[in-house]
Amino acid sequence: MEFQYTIWIVALPLLAFLINGLGSGKLPGKISGWIATIAIGISTFLSYQTAFQYFSSPSRDKIIAFKTTWLRFNDTLHIDLGVLLDPISVMMLVVITTISLMVFLYSQGYMKNEKGYDRYFAFLSLFSFSMLGLVVATNLFQMYMFWELVGVSSYLLIGFYYDKSSAVAASKKAFIVTRFADLGFLIGILMVSFYTGTFDFEILTNPDNLSFSTTASFLGLSTITWALLLIFMGGAGKSAMFPLHIWLPDAMEGPTPVSALIHAATMVVAGVFLVARLFPLYHAFAPTALEVVAFVGAFTTLFAALIACTQYDIKRVLAFSTMSQIGYMMLALGVSGYGGEEGLGYTASLFHLFTHAFFKALLFLGAGAIIHAVHSNDIREMGGLRKYQPITHLLFLIACLAIAGIPPFSGFFSKDEILAATFATHPIYFGIAVAVAGLTAFYMFRLYFIVFWGKEKTYDHTPHEAPTIMLLPMIVLAVGSVLTGFIPFGHFISSDGQSLDLHINWSVAITSVAIAFAGIVVAWKFYKTESDSSDKVARSFGSVYTSALNKFYIDEIYILITKGIVFRLIAQPLAWFDRNIIDAFMNLLAAITNWISSQIKEFQSGQVQKYAFIFISGVLIIVLSFIYATQ
Amino acid sequence: MGTSAIIFYTIATIMIVFSLLAVTSRKILRAAVYLLFALGGTAAVYFMVNYFFLAAVQLIVYAGGIVVLIIFSILLTSHIEEKMQKPDSWKIILTSILGLGGTTLCLYVITNHLFASQPSTGVEATMTTIGEKLLGYREGGYVLPFEVISILLLAAMIGAIVVAKRNKPEGNG
Amino acid sequence: MVEQVPLNHALIITTLMFFIGVYGFLTRKNLITMLISVEIMLNAVNLNFVFFDHYLFPGKLEGHFFSLFIIAIAAAEAAVAIAIFINLYRNIRSIDVEQVDKMKY
Repeated sequence: MEFQYTIWIVALPLLAFLINGLGSGKLPGKISGWIATIAIGISTFLSYQTAFQYFSSPSRDKIIAFKTTWLRFNDTLHIDLGVLLDPISVMMLVVITTISLMVFLYSQGYMKNEKGYDRYFAFLSLFSFSMLGLVVATNLFQMYMFWELVGVSSYLLIGFYYDKSSAVAASKKAFIVTRFADLGFLIGILMVSFYTGTFDFEILTNPDNLSFSTTASFLGLSTITWALLLIFMGGAGKSAMFPLHIWLPDAMEGPTPVSALIHAATMVVAGVFLVARLFPLYHAFAPTALEVVAFVGAFTTLFAALIACTQYDIKRVLAFSTMSQIGYMMLALGVSGYGGEEGLGYTASLFHLFTHAFFKALLFLGAGAIIHAVHSNDIREMGGLRKYQPITHLLFLIACLAIAGIPPFSGFFSKDEILAATFATHPIYFGIAVAVAGLTAFYMFRLYFIVFWGKEKTYDHTPHEAPTIMLLPMIVLAVGSVLTGFIPFGHFISSDGQSLDLHINWSVAITSVAIAFAGIVVAWKFYKTESDSSDKVARSFGSVYTSALNKFYIDEIYILITKGIVFRLIAQPLAWFDRNIIDAFMNLLAAITNWISSQIKEFQSGQVQKYAFIFISGVLIIVLSFIYATQ
Repeated sequence: MGTSAIIFYTIATIMIVFSLLAVTSRKILRAAVYLLFALGGTAAVYFMVNYFFLAAVQLIVYAGGIVVLIIFSILLTSHIEEKMQKPDSWKIILTSILGLGGTTLCLYVITNHLFASQPSTGVEATMTTIGEKLLGYREGGYVLPFEVISILLLAAMIGAIVVAKRNKPEGNG
Repeated sequence: MVEQVPLNHALIITTLMFFIGVYGFLTRKNLITMLISVEIMLNAVNLNFVFFDHYLFPGKLEGHFFSLFIIAIAAAEAAVAIAIFINLYRNIRSIDVEQVDKMKY
C-alpha cells in the first residue's frame, strides 16, 4: 500500500472546504484564501509525487490505493469509495491539481475586493475535492456521486454573484441541463450494473472476462449500446456537447477564474474522461456508441468553432472554443481503436485534454486580467491593450499560438495526433478537423488582434497590468503551454497500457499548420487595424453569419420545445388536471370537513351551564329508557 | 297525624321554600342567608331521626363553615346592594321543563315503589358507636375512607391556598 | 317518625330540593350562587341517604357515615371553588359564568 497517501490529495481540499465553509465570516482577513491555496498546494505536491512514483514503474496496472465499502447489496454488487490509480487518473490528478493551484493563486488577486471571499474559496475547494474524487473513483457509482458534487459546486460558483439575475439564471440553466443529462448517465449506470452485476472499473474495463447476461435489444440496438449511449449522454451534458451545450456559454457569468478552472480545464473534460475510462467497454461491446461519440464530437467541434467566430463577448468566444476543443477530444476517442497504433485516437484525445487544460486555463486567466483592467467583457470596447498590459499580451499570444496549433507550442503536438488519428480512419472527419483547426486559428487571432492591437478605445481609467499574484500563475501556465507538447505522452497513456511511440505525421502536420497560418493571416488582415472589411465579408455570408451570431438559434429551439411543446401541451393540461380534479377533490373534502365543524362547533361553547344542561338531560333520558326497558 | 309528622312537614316546607328562595333571590347576600335556613332545616331533620352528631356536624361545617365562606367570598367579589340580572327567559323555561321533567320522573318512581320500612332497632348513633365505627378496621368500620378524606382535605387546603394566592410580581387586585 | 311519615313523602321532599338545586345551577349566572345551588343539591342527597338508612336499614348507620363524608368533601370542594372564584375575579374582574369561556378552544 505504498500509494495510501493519495487519499490526502482528495481529502485536503475537502478539509479546506469545511474550514472555510464553517468558519465563513469568522475567519480573519484573507486567511481563507491561503487555507484553500495551501491545501491544494499540498495536494498538488502529492499528485506530482504520485505521478512520479506511478510512471517510474514499468507496469501500467490499475492500483487500488484506498478502498472502503460504503453500501453493500450482495457479494459482487457493492458501492465502494476509494482511490483508483491508473494512467489516466494519475494524469487527471496532475492536471486538476496544477490548474487548481494556479487558479487559487490567481483568485487571491482577482477576487481581492469581492464580497464573499470566504464563500468563494470554500466553493472552489469543494469543487477541487469533487473533481479529484471523480477522477480517482474506483467504480461507476462513486464517479456518479462526485459527478453530481461537481455539478453542485459548478452551480454554486456560476451563481456566485447571486444578486445578479443573469448569473442566477445561468446557474440554474447549467444545473438543469447537466442534471437532465445526468439522468441518462444514471439510467446507463443502472443498466450496466444490472447486466454485469458490478460497478467496479477494474472489472468493467477488462472486457475479456466480462459477459452481458442479456441479448435483449431495443430499436435495433443492443442493451449495452443503449446503456453506453446513455452514459455518454451524461458525459455530453457535462462536456457541453451538442445539443446539451447550451449551458456553457451562459456559465461564463461566474467569476473568470472559475470559468478557467471549471468551464475550461477540468469539469467540462469530465465527459471525455468518462468515455476514456469506459473506453474498453465502448470498444468491445458498442462500436455503434463510439460512432455516435465521434459524430457528436465532430459536429460540435465545427458547430462551436463557427459560432466562436462571430461572438463579441471575450469569455463566450473562449467558451465556444472550449466546446470546439472538447469536440475534438470526443472525435478522437470516437475514431480510436484498441491497442497499438489503432489506439492512437485514445492517446491523442487525452494528450489534447492535457495540453488544452494548460493553454485554455491560460486564455481564461488572461481574459480575466483583461476584464479586470477594462471592466468589460465586450471585445468591441477593447483595443490596443498591448501597450498597457505587455506581459498579459505576451502570455495571451503564447496561448493563442498553442491553441492554433503552431509548432513548437503544445497544441500543435496534441492536435496533430488527433488529426493523424482521424486521417487514418475517417477522411470526412479529418476534413472537418482540419477546417476546425483553421477556424480555431482564425477566431483566436481575431480575438487577439481586436483586443491587443486594433484601435485604442477610450477607457474610464487607464488599463493597468495585473498584479504579480495574478501574473505568476499565468506565467507558470504559459511555460506549461509551451513545454507540455514535448512530453512523450504515448509512453504514459495508451488504450491498452502498452507504450506507444508518437511520431509526427508530416503530411498531416504541414496541412494543419498551413491551415492555421491561413487562419491567422486572415484574422490579421481583418482585425489588425480597424476596418470594415470584416463586416463586408460577414455580410456576404448573410444568413449563415446571423445564425452563427445567434448561436444557430439552439437556445430558441430549446425554448420552443420546452415552452411551446412540453409546457403548453403536456404540463399545462396536467396542471389543469391537478388543480381542477385532484386538488378540487381535496378541496371538496376540506370544505365538507369545514362545514361540518362549523356546524358542530356550537356544542363547544365554553358555557358550563349548557354542558350541565345537556348532561342532566342525558342522564334523565338514560334513566327513562332504563325504566321503560325494565317494565 | 302525630306531632312529629306535623313538625316534619313544617320543616320540609321551610326547607323547600328557602331552597327556592336561595336559587331565585336576586340579591346575592340574601341567597346565602336563605341557604343557611335550608341547611338549618336539614339539621333539624337529622335531629328528628336521632342523628345528633350528624346534625351537629351539619350545623358546624355547613352553617358555620361553608356559608360563612360563601358570604366572605360574596363580600370580596360582589356589590351586595346590587340586584343580579334576571336570567334569560328562554333559559328559565328550558330549565324549568328539565327540572319538572326530572321531578316527575323521580316522583313517578318513588310513588310507584313500595318500600318495606323496617321498625327501628333502637340502635342509637351515640358518640361511642360513631367513634368506634369511624376508626374501626373490621367489618363495618370506616377507617379507610376516613383517612382518604383526611388526605383529600389536606390536598384541598393546599390547593385552595395555591389557587387563591396572589401572583408575586403583579401585586394589584 | 317512621310510623308517622311514610318514606315516600320524605323522598318527595328531597327530590324537590334536588331539582330546585338543579334549576339554580342551570339558571344562575353568578358563580357563587351556582355554588349555593350545588350545596342545596348535596344537601338533598345527604337527606336521601339518611332517610334510606333510617327507614330501610336501621341500626347500621351506613347512610349516616355517607352523609358525614359527603359533608367533609363538600367543605373541601367549597374551599377550592371559592379559591378559584377569587382568583378568577382577580384576573377578569368578574365571576359571571358566561364570561368564563376562555378554554373552549
